[in-house]
Amino acid sequence: MNDKNRKIVIIGNGIAGITCARNIRKNDSKTEILVISGESKYFFSRTALMYIYMGHMKYEHTKPYEDWFWEKNNISLKKAWVELINFQKKEILHDSSEKIEYDILVLATGSKPNKYDWPGQDFKGVQGLYSKQDLEEMERNTQDINHAVVVGGGLIGIEMAEMLVSRKIPVTFLVREKNFWDNVLPQDEAKLIGKHILEHHIDLRLETELKEILADENGTVNSIITNKGEKIHCQFVGLAVGVSPNVNFLRDSGLEINRGVLVDHYFQTNQTDVYAIGDCAEFKQAPSKDRKNIEQVWYTGRMHGETLANNLVSSPVAYQPGVWFNSAKFLDIEYQTYGIVPNQSIDELDSFYWEHQTGKNCIRLVYDKSSGKLVGVNSLGWRLRHEFFDLAIQEGWKLEEVLRQLPKADFNAEFFKKHYHQVLEKYEAETGQKIVVSKPSFLKRLIGSRS
Amino acid sequence: MKKIQILGLIIFILGLGIFSFIPFLGTYQLEQEIVQEKVKQEHQEQLLRVLKPMYGVEYESNFAFVSDFNQYFNEYNDELKANEEWDRVIWDNYAFDLTKASSHGAVKENPYFFLSISIFAGVIGALLYILPLYRGETEGIKNDGIYFSSMKSRGLLGIITGTWLIAFYIILYWFPEYLTNMVLMVDPLSILLSGNPASQWFLYGFIYTLAILVMGIRMFRKYKGNAYQTIRTASVMFFQLAFAFLIPEILVLLNMPWHDFKNIWPLDYSFFFDYRLEGMISSGALGMFMLVWGIILIVLGVPIFTYFYGKRWYCSWVCGCGGLAETLGDPYRQLSDKSLKAWKVERYLVHGVLVFAVVMTAVTIVNYFMQFELLGQATDQLHSIYGFAIGSAFAGVIGTGFYPFMGNRVWCRFGCPLAAYLGIVQRFKSRFRITTNGGQCISCGNCSTYCEMGIDVRWYAQRGQNIVRASCVGCGVCSAVCPRGVLKLENADEEGRINTNPILIGNKSITVKS
Repeated sequence: MNDKNRKIVIIGNGIAGITCARNIRKNDSKTEILVISGESKYFFSRTALMYIYMGHMKYEHTKPYEDWFWEKNNISLKKAWVELINFQKKEILHDSSEKIEYDILVLATGSKPNKYDWPGQDFKGVQGLYSKQDLEEMERNTQDINHAVVVGGGLIGIEMAEMLVSRKIPVTFLVREKNFWDNVLPQDEAKLIGKHILEHHIDLRLETELKEILADENGTVNSIITNKGEKIHCQFVGLAVGVSPNVNFLRDSGLEINRGVLVDHYFQTNQTDVYAIGDCAEFKQAPSKDRKNIEQVWYTGRMHGETLANNLVSSPVAYQPGVWFNSAKFLDIEYQTYGIVPNQSIDELDSFYWEHQTGKNCIRLVYDKSSGKLVGVNSLGWRLRHEFFDLAIQEGWKLEEVLRQLPKADFNAEFFKKHYHQVLEKYEAETGQKIVVSKPSFLKRLIGSRS
Repeated sequence: MKKIQILGLIIFILGLGIFSFIPFLGTYQLEQEIVQEKVKQEHQEQLLRVLKPMYGVEYESNFAFVSDFNQYFNEYNDELKANEEWDRVIWDNYAFDLTKASSHGAVKENPYFFLSISIFAGVIGALLYILPLYRGETEGIKNDGIYFSSMKSRGLLGIITGTWLIAFYIILYWFPEYLTNMVLMVDPLSILLSGNPASQWFLYGFIYTLAILVMGIRMFRKYKGNAYQTIRTASVMFFQLAFAFLIPEILVLLNMPWHDFKNIWPLDYSFFFDYRLEGMISSGALGMFMLVWGIILIVLGVPIFTYFYGKRWYCSWVCGCGGLAETLGDPYRQLSDKSLKAWKVERYLVHGVLVFAVVMTAVTIVNYFMQFELLGQATDQLHSIYGFAIGSAFAGVIGTGFYPFMGNRVWCRFGCPLAAYLGIVQRFKSRFRITTNGGQCISCGNCSTYCEMGIDVRWYAQRGQNIVRASCVGCGVCSAVCPRGVLKLENADEEGRINTNPILIGNKSITVKS
């Protein structure tokens, strides 16, 4: 497969598309690789867009590779919006008339913010946040405003709220659920974050939905009305009620699409030599029983890219993700999760939860009731070692074994207060089981050795 | 901004303004007695004659005074040089001492008053601004608006600040005679500490220490809740105040050589110069201890501590240059160049300076034992070239003056020979590394942006690779600013420290070698 001079075209230069391009090149120096994106010529980290708005970084800093990297690695980049694809002729159309041919096509077109047909959702000052263009629009839309509303209690919603607060713009934050992000987080964690949101002087409205957006005579938003009938004056509305695969321009092209581009476990679409990865791909069958058909996360996008790149240069393997992991940061509180942590109690699973008295740190260890084996962990304000939990969950360590080794799982910076004593105390109080952690010797502590 | 902070800022700027204006005050008048007192015996006769036209003349400014002094002094030397009477040329620099002694006026009469309205006002103003910072805010990263700040992103304020610093360093190193009023102002303090009147170096050390202390308090505010940053900052504040400022002055009071026990060759490049060696050897048991301790630090201290903790034990916990960079320089840490090109330049430069320092020291020591029979003249030449180009221009003018342009570690990264030595140990034989937490990196770039040493931390983090770099000073800020808990400074077993083919955790389909 490596011998012939083929041309792989990748549409989308996000983490999935770029990872795919880089990994193809690592093992195949001949294939022509072209990455097309209308968003930007060079790959940047989408997750860092918020930090540009907050003044932590400039756009240049969000580019993980210097500009010369692409030429050096013989990866061609093109900045253009693709308009149509002719799968029979293996042709891509962009900018009305320009054509690009391909031998193999990889679709990595990412997502688009959801809109739910709210009255007034197209007024000026109303927008979602996903792309670089969205960020630029947000910059324009939030100049000299005195109140903003963010709709949607998810990861992008809280990011938008944090961004606005960093510019000293008062924010009302509408969350449909009973607690922030409680369709993912168990109640304790969701409440902990809720309290932290209030600490940042964000006007958090739980169980509140957007009903209507109103505008002034120029068509610029001036207020919203909630489902409780309350009118809130604002000059900006951030819509952050989830994202959907960015596939509309591909509908009716012969490509099989449901919510996303339908693929098998080899990322193969219904069209020959056409693959889809990342946010825009929808597995016909979920990759494993605890995974979703659409995985819109940075890390899964990367893994899709890695796997497809392998399949395009050597013997194909089915996509098989390992133990689930994810992370986020809610204002000042970091969140990490490994394995399965359901947001509601499930018959066969139980969990042990500890929270620090300050309400800034917690850990939840989820285990199988019958076997006592660890299946997942959540933490807030406590960095955990990925390697440790990946192994513990894969190997099915018993809860008490995990607790005994908890000092090794700590990934907080040096000199930070260790939480495991308190965790073990609480475990003893709840179960009567005393778990003894062997204390590292003075010498080991002196040289700062991992316990 | 709170009212008290605005007031603080105003007081600070007034203090800084007065400080900058002080050199322009007063009158200057040279007398015969001053020359007799300040000039060495061997030069007295000539200078008493050469400077005669200045006696009793009242100069309205130090510019006029120094200008005349230089004219008479240079005329005398130039004539000798033209006649190639090299041994009669006066190579000593008397400008500073004579100008200082000739100074009259308000500053000399009321040093405490001027000290209060300039330096102390600056300190109080700065504290009024700093102490209320982030009050009532939760613990966390405080980087909001850095790239909108004129001061912190090479805007006009940054350029003004950098220019002021560069000018101050140039005057301090090469034209200290213009700063005599400032030095007079701290005379009483110097006499209190060491029993001697102040030199420009006392003034510099005093301001330097205050800058580290005041901006160290800012670090406590900015990084509240981060134990590593707090302890580390307290450490550099302590070492500067005690080891670099107070102890050396007290040594002088006890008739010992001025000595900074935490300064290590080759950063302390003059450690093996003959006057330093003789100073130590002739100062009894304590002098011998200085010599032995200094050598122990070089041959044992650096390798052993760096093996266990990485070079951070020195660079971001003890060192004075590092101390200033980590406190005064912290607002500028994001301005370092992260490009691969900068890394290449860095390796040539910093190791080049190390080679220079080693060669110069080797020549010096050989000559010391050969009573300067071999290359005697060349040794002096080497010393003065190094002192000018590296010790003053690079470490001072560029090292600190360029904070607002190229970040706070320009000297440490591109020039410090001790950092190069520590770095070689750290790279090849150490337990220190920055561990990357599995596959959690999202390539956001905060770590690289805020790395003062210009390390592209993200390059490693996003491929699941530990960061093992000679230049890393272990400030821990990459770890602090990481939004996903990916980075941890650690000392641990050497096995697996350098993972050149890391595997990102999470994908079971294939084994991806990055």
